Amino acid sequence: MTALSHTTEVVDPVPGAGAPHLPGQPPLVQLLTPEGERVEHPDYSVDVGDQELRALYRDLVLVRRWDVEATALQRQGELGIWASLLGQEAAQVGAGHALAADDMAFPTYREHGVAWVRGVDPLQVISLFRGVDAGGWDPVATGFNLYTVVIGAQTLHATGYAMGVQRDCAESAVLAFLGDGATSQGEVNEAMIWASSLSAPVVFFCQNNQYAISVPIERQSRVPLYQRAAGFGFPGVRVDGNDVLAVLAVTRAALAAARDGQGPTFIEAFTYRMGAHTTSDDPTRYRLASELEEWKLRDPIARVKAYLARSGIADADFFAAIEAEGDELAARIRKGTLDMPDPAGTEIFDHVYAEMPPPLAAQRAEFVEYHAGFEGGVER
Amino acid sequence: MTETLTIGKALNLGLRRALEDDPKVVLMGEDIGRLGGVFRITDGLQKDFGDDRVVDTPLAEAGIVGTAVGLAMRGYRPVCEIQFDGFVFPAYNQLVTQVAKIHARSRGRLAMPIVIRIPFGGGIGAVEHHSESPEAYFAHTAGLKVVAVSTPADAYWGIQQAIAHPDPIVFLEPKRRYWEKAAVDLDGTPSPLFASRVVRGGDDVTVLAYGPMVKTALQAAEAAAEEGRSLEVIDLRTISPLDLDPVFASVRRTGRCVVVHEAPVTLGLGAEIAARVTETCFHSLEAPVLRVGGYDTPYPPSKLEEEYLPDLDRVLDAVDRSMGF
Ligand SMILES: Cc1ncc(C[n+]2csc(CCOP(=O)(O)OP(=O)(O)O)c2C)c(N)n1
Repeated sequence: MTALSHTTEVVDPVPGAGAPHLPGQPPLVQLLTPEGERVEHPDYSVDVGDQELRALYRDLVLVRRWDVEATALQRQGELGIWASLLGQEAAQVGAGHALAADDMAFPTYREHGVAWVRGVDPLQVISLFRGVDAGGWDPVATGFNLYTVVIGAQTLHATGYAMGVQRDCAESAVLAFLGDGATSQGEVNEAMIWASSLSAPVVFFCQNNQYAISVPIERQSRVPLYQRAAGFGFPGVRVDGNDVLAVLAVTRAALAAARDGQGPTFIEAFTYRMGAHTTSDDPTRYRLASELEEWKLRDPIARVKAYLARSGIADADFFAAIEAEGDELAARIRKGTLDMPDPAGTEIFDHVYAEMPPPLAAQRAEFVEYHAGFEGGVER
Repeated sequence: MTETLTIGKALNLGLRRALEDDPKVVLMGEDIGRLGGVFRITDGLQKDFGDDRVVDTPLAEAGIVGTAVGLAMRGYRPVCEIQFDGFVFPAYNQLVTQVAKIHARSRGRLAMPIVIRIPFGGGIGAVEHHSESPEAYFAHTAGLKVVAVSTPADAYWGIQQAIAHPDPIVFLEPKRRYWEKAAVDLDGTPSPLFASRVVRGGDDVTVLAYGPMVKTALQAAEAAAEEGRSLEVIDLRTISPLDLDPVFASVRRTGRCVVVHEAPVTLGLGAEIAARVTETCFHSLEAPVLRVGGYDTPYPPSKLEEEYLPDLDRVLDAVDRSMGF
C-alpha cells in the first residue's frame, strides 16, 4: 500500500460498476422492463402506435444483423476494422427515431444504428471501415454528419451547428453523440459550457457503455455522468439505454425542449458494449465474462419482442418476415462489400481543397505520370 | 545477454528497466495498464509496478501531458503514451506552449524530463488519424527534442536514454515495424541517443531515413545493388537536434542525397536537411538533394496508402533522378 493508493483506487472496483441493480445507483428512466413489461414513469411517456412499435423492432433487428455481418466481413479480411454496436441498438435506434427530419445528428464512429434510421445506406458506412473513403454518405442530405474518430471533437461542431440553428430561428435541434470516455476530453467540456452559456439547441447523447476501450467508467467519473450536467447548468437524465421506448421518450422530450428555446440537455443512455471495442480489441484482457452474462439478461431486442408478442402487436409471421429481411440485408451488404470498387489513386488529391492550389495540381500530375509508368497505371 | 526481440518487446523491456532503475519514472496513458496498451508495449508493467506507476488515465491527452508537467516539477519522470499519432493534438497546446518553454522561462530552474511516446506512421491498414507523421510540428518547436527509432536495439536503449534525459523528448515509434525482430545485446553499450548512424555503406547516393522508412531505404539499397548501384543509407535516429556531420561526410563522397520520410514533403524534415546539406556541401553536390515523402494531402483511406507511402520503387526513382543529373 503506497501513499498514493487512496487517490488511485476507484470508487467501486468492479468493472462496469454502476449497474442499475446495484445499491446506491440512481434510478434510470425505464418504460419497458427487460422482461418486456410496459411500465409508467412520472416524467416521461411515449406515444407510439403499433406500427411504430413494429418499425422500432424491425430497425433493432436489422441494425444488429448489419453489425454481425460487418464483424464477419472484418474477420474474413474484407474490412480493416469494425466498431460493433452490439448491445447499443436500443440507444441508437431510439435516439434516431427521436430526430425530426430537419434535425442534425453528430455521431462518433459507432452510431450505425442512427445512420440506419437516418436512411444512410450500410454500404456507405462499410466503405469507411473497408478503407475506401471516410464515409460515403451526404451529411447534409441525411442530417447525419460524417463519423468523427477523434474523441469528442464533434460535440463542439454540434454546438456550433446549434448556434447556427438559433441564429436562423429554425425549428430544429441538434443531437451530439459521445461515449463515456469522451466526457473526459477538454473539448467536450468546452462544448457543454458553450451550449449552456448560449442556450444552444443541442442535446448531448452519451452512451455510457461502461468502457472506453479497456478503461472502466470509474476512471472517467466519480459521479453518475448525467449528474455532470448540473454543473454546467442544464438538465441531465439517465435513461435505460437498452430500453428503446425510454430512449425515444427522453430524447424526444430533450429535442423538443431544445427546439422550444430551453437549451441543452445531457442524456446518459446507460448501456453496455456487448462486443469488443473494435475488432482489433480483446476484451477478455480487462473484463469478466460474468458481466457480459448479466447484461445479456437486459438485451435491448428481446424485451421488445416479448412485449410485441405478448400484447399481440406482432405475430410469428411478422417476426419471421423480419428475420428474412435481415438475411436479405446481410446478403446485400456482403455482396456490396465484395463488389465495392477500390478508389482511384487520384482521390488522394481531388477533394483536399475547394480550389486546388497549383502546386498540388502539379503533384497530382506527377503522381499520374509516375503510376502510368507501371503496368495498369494508377487504377491498379 | 543477447535476445532476439521485436521492436515492441524491446520497448517493453526498456520501459521495464527504466521503472526498475528509477522509482520516479511514471507511465501514463490510455489503456496502458490492464490492457497493456493497444499495441501491448506496456504489457505486464502495471501488474508488476502497480497502478500508481503505470497509470490508466482518463481519456484526455491534454490531461496526460499537462499533468506530466506538474509531476516533472515534483521530480518525477513522466513517460506519456499517446495512443496514436493523430491523437496527440489535444495535447499539442501543452506540448508547444508549456512543455517546450518551461526550461527557458524558468531560466533552467525547472527541468522537464518528460517523454512523449507516439506510435507514428502508416502502413497498417487503419482508419483515419491512425497513420500520421507529425514529427515536423515538434521539430519546429524549440525546446522539444524528437527522436525516431527503427531497430529493436535502438528501441530498447533509446527509450531508457530518453527517460534519463533532462529535456522533453517526443519519442516516435514506427508502429508498422513493431513486430520486426533483431538480436539485442541487453548488456551492451548503447549508441548515443542524439546521433545518426550509417547503416549501410555505399558510394553512389546517400539515402537518409528515420523510423519506418529505414527499412524501406535498406530494401531500396538492396535492389539498387543488384543493378550495380551502391547506396549509402543513414538512419538519422534523431530529428531534433539533427546530427548531420555523418551526412555531410557521406554526401561529400557520394555527391548525391535523397531524403525519405512518410510525412508530406512540404516543410517536412527533408526540406530542412536539403537546405543544410546544400549550405554545407554545395561544392560536392552533383545533383540537388531530392525528397521522397507523402503527398501534400491528408493521409488517405487505407486502400490508397500504398500509393501514398514512399516505397522501394519511389526511392529508386529518386535515386535514378539523382544519378541522371
Ligand atoms: C483524441 C483521441 N484519443 C484517443 C483515441 C483512441 N480511442 C478511440 S476510441 C477510444 C475510447 C472511446 O471510449 P468512449 O468515448 O467511451 O466511446 P466508445 O468507444 O465506448 O463508444 C479511444 C481512447 C481517439 N480516437 N481520439
